[in-house]
Amino acid sequence: MTQTLTQAPILDAKGVAKRFGAVTALHDASLTLHKGQIVALMGANGAGKSTFVKILTGALRPDAGQVRLQGRDFTATSPATARRAGLVPVYQEPSLIPDLDVADNLRLGNTDPVKFRHWVNELGITDLRLDATIGRLPLATLRILDLARALAAEPDVLLLDEMTAALPTDLVARVLQVVRRQANEGRSVIYISHRFTEIAAICDRATVLRDGATVGDLQIEPGIEDRIVDLMLGGQIAPAATTTIRATTGPTRVQIRNLKAGTRLTDVSFDLRQGEVLGVIALEGQGQDELFDVLAGNRRAASGSLTVNGTEQTFTHPAQAIAAGLTLVPGDRAHALLMTRSVRENIALPLIARFRNWGAIQMHSEATRVTAAIDRLQIDTRAMGEVRRLSGGNQQKVTIARWIAKGVETLLLFDPTRGIDIRTKRQIYALVRDLADQGAAVLFYTSELAEIRLACDRAVVIFNGRVVDIIDAADADEPTLMRAAYGLKASA
Amino acid sequence: MTAALRLMAQNPLIPLILLLFLLIGALELLQPGIVNPRWISNTLKFAIPLAMLAACQTLTMLTGGIDLSAGTVATITAFVTATLTPLIGVPLALTIGLSCALTAGLINGFGIAVARVHPLIMTLGTALIANGCLLVYQRYVIASGTKIPDFLVWLGTGRTLTLPNGLALFLPFAALILWMQYRTGFGRLLYAIGSNESATRLSGVRRGPVHFALYALSGLIAGITGLLYLGLVKTPSLSLALPLDLPSVAAAVIGGTSIFGGRGGYAGTIVGALILTVLATMLTLLQMPEGARRILFGLIILTVTALYIRLTEKG
Amino acid sequence: MIRFLTQNSWTLGLAALLILLLITTKLIQPDFGVSGLDSLARAALPYALATLGMAVVVIAGGIDLSLAAMMAVTSVTAATLMQGTTDGGAALVVLAVLALGATLGAINGTLIVTTRVPDIVVTLAMLYVWQGTALLILNAPGGSAAPWLRALIVGGVTLPYIPPALTEWLPKGVVFLLLTLAIIWLPIRRSKLGLMFYAIGSDPLAAFRSGIAVGPTKIAAYATAGLFAALGGLAVTMSTGIGEPIPGPYLLTSVAAVVLGGVTLGGGRGGLIGPILAVFILRLVRMDLTLLNVDPNITTIIEGAIMVVVVMFGAVLATRGRS
Repeated sequence: MTQTLTQAPILDAKGVAKRFGAVTALHDASLTLHKGQIVALMGANGAGKSTFVKILTGALRPDAGQVRLQGRDFTATSPATARRAGLVPVYQEPSLIPDLDVADNLRLGNTDPVKFRHWVNELGITDLRLDATIGRLPLATLRILDLARALAAEPDVLLLDEMTAALPTDLVARVLQVVRRQANEGRSVIYISHRFTEIAAICDRATVLRDGATVGDLQIEPGIEDRIVDLMLGGQIAPAATTTIRATTGPTRVQIRNLKAGTRLTDVSFDLRQGEVLGVIALEGQGQDELFDVLAGNRRAASGSLTVNGTEQTFTHPAQAIAAGLTLVPGDRAHALLMTRSVRENIALPLIARFRNWGAIQMHSEATRVTAAIDRLQIDTRAMGEVRRLSGGNQQKVTIARWIAKGVETLLLFDPTRGIDIRTKRQIYALVRDLADQGAAVLFYTSELAEIRLACDRAVVIFNGRVVDIIDAADADEPTLMRAAYGLKASA
Repeated sequence: MTAALRLMAQNPLIPLILLLFLLIGALELLQPGIVNPRWISNTLKFAIPLAMLAACQTLTMLTGGIDLSAGTVATITAFVTATLTPLIGVPLALTIGLSCALTAGLINGFGIAVARVHPLIMTLGTALIANGCLLVYQRYVIASGTKIPDFLVWLGTGRTLTLPNGLALFLPFAALILWMQYRTGFGRLLYAIGSNESATRLSGVRRGPVHFALYALSGLIAGITGLLYLGLVKTPSLSLALPLDLPSVAAAVIGGTSIFGGRGGYAGTIVGALILTVLATMLTLLQMPEGARRILFGLIILTVTALYIRLTEKG
Repeated sequence: MIRFLTQNSWTLGLAALLILLLITTKLIQPDFGVSGLDSLARAALPYALATLGMAVVVIAGGIDLSLAAMMAVTSVTAATLMQGTTDGGAALVVLAVLALGATLGAINGTLIVTTRVPDIVVTLAMLYVWQGTALLILNAPGGSAAPWLRALIVGGVTLPYIPPALTEWLPKGVVFLLLTLAIIWLPIRRSKLGLMFYAIGSDPLAAFRSGIAVGPTKIAAYATAGLFAALGGLAVTMSTGIGEPIPGPYLLTSVAAVVLGGVTLGGGRGGLIGPILAVFILRLVRMDLTLLNVDPNITTIIEGAIMVVVVMFGAVLATRGRS
């Protein structure tokens, strides 16, 4: 092995450009990856990250520029050719076939079951059955299986897209360990994440995209976060939402007692008061999905009581929850948006939901309400038309704007900032605070512990389907929340 | 060039209208002089029932459904009305005829809204059952003879200032549908359900009543179309509206309504119906055997849809 | 064992229902026996083959509205080509027709993949095209079928060295169907191609990302359906002795049988045994009604109502199961 060979980058993309009709998604993206390195690929929403990933993995062809893999010119024409060339991606959504069992999925991808089993164990899942149907497994497990399958292929370059987004904290630690070890053994990794702690923990360098071009390639060192944020935002940082934690003395809006639903939500009780932002913290699959579904009328509780403004309620359809003022922004935007319709129709949807609104629409008053909501959330509607053409952050804003236009009483936000850029996140924190100040009650589930202090007044911690702790935001530092989320009571 | 394509993508009506004129131009080339006021009037006359039946397909397709019973329902309404008129008079016969249409629509609505059967299967099944009922009914009444109400003949075949009288029914009808699809809550909900059912549910929409009303409306529209077509053809038969059945789907598809829902609209369908009618004239003119006509018909549906998809994806 | 039972509970339920119906038939018509089974099998054969083709494309996430029209094309082609040929010539014709069916199916699939027009629209358009083609080949029922072909599906099975009494009750039509399954579907199901059919039906994006060539797989699924359609077309010609240019009422029955047979519309789930049982159930119901001297038109109404109600019931069960 000569010096020059080890020095040459294993993956080298230069000047990559891609246009979709009139929209330029990328105009000068580049990325250099050396053997044994982990490079973080970062960028705010709309910076062109996902287009870049698609080009690197062969799902899209670039209009210009060059991608070299192991010194050879490489334009993947499909994920299969990229795989053969040694580049294996793990996407945000699992790429396993839901109706087939694990073994059949391995057969389809020509994965060695022995190596696969090894990696699954290594990643902390020990009770996997190969005849389990994929569609019945929880999302976190699927992501681990996807990663294990990629590792079993022994790739030269591993591309991980928001790998830890849906994982519980213990699995995140495992994944980070395994990924770092891969790099130490001489493989290379492109690591896409919004989480600075993870990037600081395992990455060597960070490549930052903004507006379709690479604007920085930085060594990771302590304190680099501010610099990266600067680069991503192009110097126009909105000030962080300043949390003004107040005594929460408003009247009780929603009272939950001994709520039980499905197999995971066993016994939850808490109060949500008017004017407060109540955080919910839980590891993956502790019953939080069921809790939000019950509150939104999307699922029936098996037992327990739900009281809204003093009246006991049993919802059988979201329409009833909405009538009682409980409105949900689901975790998955694909479940919330009419992708083929306009921003206006999306926002105005709850206004026409009731039978009595089937008749003529008051176009003028609708326009006023929609515009007000768009302005309030600062939705970028340059690409007016179908919602699917908006960036992820803007799509998320549309799902919230819908309820702003309708009028918010009790807002249920399920991980509203997952996978969106820091600027939009801050706008959402500020908005949530604003709504609470105006008398709304907000229930805010988040998978990012740090958000409790940024956006909430208190946090309910759920573990194993039960409330294990309620912590004031002032005391909710990440270690405290983490311990609570694992069901470890503070030893005080 | 790309600018022109983009314009087309943003407004799919433009390429459709261009295609319509292209076909008319081709027709004029084939037989100079054919395109005259009388021909235009005739084309409109035949396009109207097709466009009306295609409204059933357009509205149901917006929600991701389809109504394959429309042709049968139209036939039943026409046949029942024509056979009952000599027995019980026009108003009662009309009422019974249209109630048959509404009943079929309600059955569809029940299956789709309550039992959640796929619309394609549900409406095919309803068509099958309804057709069986028609055959049984026919045996009991055919002896009493048939009579077509005069005003239906006037609507179906009459002309005023060279324009077909059918327009007197169709123009308000089309205006109503267009208004409904863009400016009413019900119309918006059709698009919303077709675009994303779970999102629509989470926004508080109950899907059942919408589907129920939609298929009942579709049945009613099919019934009215059947009456108009009866006035046009003037001979009630058991396969009256059958020639309109599949073309009505084709008209909606050509007109740019997505069969998966959430996209399209009735304006395109009207142009689609005109295109199909002009095409039918052209094929008759060329004396195509029935087989070749069907082949060409199929290929045109396919090509137009493919082109349309290309154009809208560019933007 | 329990796992097998729960996984196949739907299919086993269908089998039980079929047996129940057979017993009912015997009660209605005590004479019902070998010849009754034989005519049932023969009547069901084209429906069963159409259903098999439909099931394969539905599993792969599509739908083929043109199946009945493809059966018409292959039926008239076979009948036209076989007119005046020798037995050997007829065998060649059979092979050619099977190849033709696969080609027609592959054309459907290729059009779907290359034009990116939804399956349902492409096959609706191709329904016209194949109908037209059948009419151009033969504009009225006609042609003929080789006698040995007819003998293949008529009567009970007789094997050398085994007393006929042991095997005669088994209609050749059923054996023909089982052989078709064993020769065409079993190898596919066992191979990676079968998995790929299920994969693209279950989640095309995940399949693409797993490195599956989604387009070619889809074309293969449609070609397989075309092959079954060709067999269906041959079965029509074999049982009637002529070519039939107007497609029979196979579309609704095949869709209903596929759904009743436990294949989810939308793809990825189910097998081929369930749909076959479903076809026999639907045909047997019709036969029972005829045996009861019900007016054929009323039979049609009842049959349609049963299909719709069964599908409705299945849909209700499916939604219950999900929530």
